[in-house]
Amino acid sequence: MLRVEQVTKRFGGLTAVDHITLNVGDTGITGLIGPNGSGKTTLFHMITGFYTLDRGRIYFQDRCISGRPPHTISRQGMVRTFQHTRVLPFMTAMDNLLSAAPDQAGERLCSVFFRPGRIRREEEAHRERAKEILEFVHLTPLSHQLAGRLSFGQQKLLEIGRVLMARPRMILLDEPTAGINPTLIRHLVNILRGLTARGIRIFLIEHNMPLVAEICEKVFVMDSGRLIFSGLPAEARQDARVIEAYLGREDRAA
Amino acid sequence: MDYLLHILIVALIYAVFAMSLNLELGYAGLYNFGHVAFFGIGAYTSALLSLAGLPVPLGMACAMVAAGMAGALLCVPALRLTGDFFGIATLVFAEMVRLFFLNERWLTKGPMGLPGIPRPSWVGTGIAAMPMFLVLCLLLTVSVFLLVRWVAVSPFGRALKVVREDEYVAQALGKNVFSLKTRAVVAGSVLAGLAGSLWAHYITYISPGDFTLNETILVLLCVVLGGKGTNWGPVLGAFAVVFFQEALRFLPIPADLGRLIAPLQGMVYGLALILIMLQRPEGVISEYRRSRVC
Repeated sequence: MLRVEQVTKRFGGLTAVDHITLNVGDTGITGLIGPNGSGKTTLFHMITGFYTLDRGRIYFQDRCISGRPPHTISRQGMVRTFQHTRVLPFMTAMDNLLSAAPDQAGERLCSVFFRPGRIRREEEAHRERAKEILEFVHLTPLSHQLAGRLSFGQQKLLEIGRVLMARPRMILLDEPTAGINPTLIRHLVNILRGLTARGIRIFLIEHNMPLVAEICEKVFVMDSGRLIFSGLPAEARQDARVIEAYLGREDRAA
Repeated sequence: MDYLLHILIVALIYAVFAMSLNLELGYAGLYNFGHVAFFGIGAYTSALLSLAGLPVPLGMACAMVAAGMAGALLCVPALRLTGDFFGIATLVFAEMVRLFFLNERWLTKGPMGLPGIPRPSWVGTGIAAMPMFLVLCLLLTVSVFLLVRWVAVSPFGRALKVVREDEYVAQALGKNVFSLKTRAVVAGSVLAGLAGSLWAHYITYISPGDFTLNETILVLLCVVLGGKGTNWGPVLGAFAVVFFQEALRFLPIPADLGRLIAPLQGMVYGLALILIMLQRPEGVISEYRRSRVC
């Protein structure tokens, strides 16, 4: 589904992502882990078009997407969230979702003026869908609340709801469980499982290792911009290089 | 009575001007500090064409087109910049446009200005034309108001707000940020051009001195005071500012202090802007009024 080939990103003298090649096949949930500063978020930025590539190519559903602007990549069905939750604070939860609906005729000025009927029908359909999604992420009572007034956890859920509204084929989540409580993590896991059941593929960056072991079918491990492991989560925990990346080498520790 | 008509006409023209800025500032979040340029381009286009013998309505239509094209032209370089830098680019653009009016004498007669701009034939001439001109302004203001409101509540208006709130999120949701901003600026410029041409045909004399940074600050004050991102805010702001400005004339100020008052006016506007930003940044009418209740 998503293939990354020989991708490199340099910031001045620092190589943040160094010849990474990985293939996220038709796996339900794939994890990307690694110590802080290993280049995971940079790789996400490159996949979604927010950073340009210094080298390499990225394919999504067998189409080359590297070098395209973020909005066209998003329109092809790959939608992301951000490491720090980014709701639209001065818009209601409902409007947060509605604005994510894909391919809206009402965003073109000529149809605003000349095809009001079509836009009204579209809006009604989007509103119904948004209600279902709010129900799915348990935010229905807050639909008319400004998103900026929701709690941190609710904002996380809203952000995931917003991604769903965009009808993605694959979603990229950058640390979805960072800073939320264990109950909410369970809730989130259920939501993510529900998504894979609907055929949506998930690629996520995560620091919570037990969670990764629980939900991911496949993991990639990065360290200092390089890919050091790919395979099953259980194997990753046994892998010498992965342990070294997280804990340091014995002689260095001494 | 004629004086009251005059104030109302000026307030309505400023209401149109403020609504046009609100499209950019309130909805798309673009701090355009050179909005007066499009007002000026509209005024000069309409004035020059009607002085050349074109019917006034046609001149006004051309003014809107010219201002819209200038807006599109500005977007190409300016929208590569964000935030403050966009503001500075637009500020400089407005100054360039003013200097063009001032120096291209073959076209604009430079600092002499353009006197004797005709009014539409059906409203008449001189003082007698005031009531009909008010009707014209009222009709256009109401149309612009309805038009802007129609756009603001549409998915297009919502997409502009997404861009205002967070450009990265907008991109991640598949919005073409550059295109949305460009359309907002062009739409705002077209309406500013309309306001400018109304101004030219009403005052019947324009010169480069009418289109300075002061005018931008004044219209900015209208939008911010009234409530940016709302439909009624800019209209309310325009009436408040224009009426306040006219009320100042009746203050019992000794004649020899008069020369101090003009620069003081600018200071008062600046101070008002700062105070509003500090104390009530959302303006008199708040965009979030309804959602605060629940």
